[in-house]
Amino acid sequence: MKRLIKTLKGLWSLIVGLKITGVELFKPWLTVHYPRQEVTNLSSFRGHIELMPAADDLLTPRCIMCWKCVEICPSRCISLRMHVKGEEPGQAGADPGLLLAPEVKSPYSVHLAPPPEKIERILDSYRLNYSLCSLCGLCVQACPVDAIRFSRNAYLVGTTRQSFDLDLLARLKSRAASAAVSARANP
Amino acid sequence: MMAQLTALLTHPLGQMIAALAAIMAFLGVNGLVLLYTERKVAGFIQRRPGPYEVGPQGLLQPFADAGKLISKQLVAPMGADRLLFWLAPLVSLAPVVVCFLPIPFSPLLTGMEANLGLLLILAFSGLNTLALCLAGWGSNNKYSLLGAARAVAQSVAYEIPLLLAVLAVAFQAGSLDLSAIVAPQTKGLLSWNVFVQPLAFVIFFISAVAETNRAPFDLPEAESELTAGFHTEYSGMGFGIFFLAEYSYMVVVCAVATALFLGGWGGPVLPGPWWFLCKVFALVFALMWFRWTFPRVRFDQLLNVCWKWLIPLGLANLVATALAVKWMR
Repeated sequence: MKRLIKTLKGLWSLIVGLKITGVELFKPWLTVHYPRQEVTNLSSFRGHIELMPAADDLLTPRCIMCWKCVEICPSRCISLRMHVKGEEPGQAGADPGLLLAPEVKSPYSVHLAPPPEKIERILDSYRLNYSLCSLCGLCVQACPVDAIRFSRNAYLVGTTRQSFDLDLLARLKSRAASAAVSARANP
Repeated sequence: MMAQLTALLTHPLGQMIAALAAIMAFLGVNGLVLLYTERKVAGFIQRRPGPYEVGPQGLLQPFADAGKLISKQLVAPMGADRLLFWLAPLVSLAPVVVCFLPIPFSPLLTGMEANLGLLLILAFSGLNTLALCLAGWGSNNKYSLLGAARAVAQSVAYEIPLLLAVLAVAFQAGSLDLSAIVAPQTKGLLSWNVFVQPLAFVIFFISAVAETNRAPFDLPEAESELTAGFHTEYSGMGFGIFFLAEYSYMVVVCAVATALFLGGWGGPVLPGPWWFLCKVFALVFALMWFRWTFPRVRFDQLLNVCWKWLIPLGLANLVATALAVKWMR
């Protein structure tokens, strides 16, 4: 008797299952047809990092070249180059050769005293090797002037490893250019 | 000319040849339609669009699939028994054509009037098991062999309740001729056998799902355990023919279920064959619905359901039917 009730309950559960899939059959799709439609909830997407422009000038990064992001990165995927105004470009903080040097030696970490406040520094390049990045976000947290944020670039694709070696300074400039174009289009 | 053609078609042999040709055309179209429908049903149940890119609403997808299967190279695995390996898909598909012959789409549209039509279908559909067995053995592959062994155990077990359910209906109608079984059911909805023999219908349909190796009883191909079971090693049209045969057997069992239980060609307004096809494809849709709802059963569960429930219930139903028929006469 007990087994009979158990079997009948089991049969009823089969009908319940059919009802669930039968109802789902007539509900609208949940998936997005990518090339024709795009998702709208990209605001929560954490893509690779990107540089933020300064408040007054879209072409200049907010970065103060403190090297904190380079030092804190556990994957060593950020490298940047700068020069002090009046010097030859690429003197200070010479590029350690992107990620190939195991120890990144920044000029201000161990050996040297911090430079005087008034020296104006110019960012020559800011590169991210995205194929090594684990998106931990430590660089974003460490930045004292909020010069880095996560991009919403969900559609990044590439066919070579080199295409994930991103030049973030160039990206900032192209973004500023396209912003200027759209500002001119819809004033 | 016209008179000669009519004479040729009314001759029993001419009629049978015409029916066989029509059935083959029907099977080809049916394969394309069901391939598309199955993927669309799967998509919609999982709330995604299904095939969409080839043609409007993906309607040309089955043609693309068929073209791909036809143009693929046929490879026989090393150490395979080549004769048996290539014989198996043909043995799987060929009997289906015969199975369609006695199915009464309408009183006129019946390939061959046979007074043992039901027996013919049951006998020839049993050949599919042999084909799966040959495929599994000929492939020289452990997954194929396991799939074949499962197919044989499953088919042998489920043939019994299937026959018991069919016999109950045959007792009631007093005939094995499908047209004779359908004829008394065409008087209205309540004269359908499914209301007289509900238990037999349930047993028949469960056994039919198992006989066609459809989910939740798809253990012979069980893609998560046996890669693809008996057709693991088949490429191109070798696989394509097995696929076509599976869909054709689905239509055969659904057509038999329609004739035995759902009043065959009977229905208002529309002509008979349309009603028959509507009922058949409603049942085929139910099979697809089952596939995308239920998880696969374990092998011991599969045999338990058969030996502990379906066969005793089928026997009891058969005895009750026999007594009722005897008592009523």
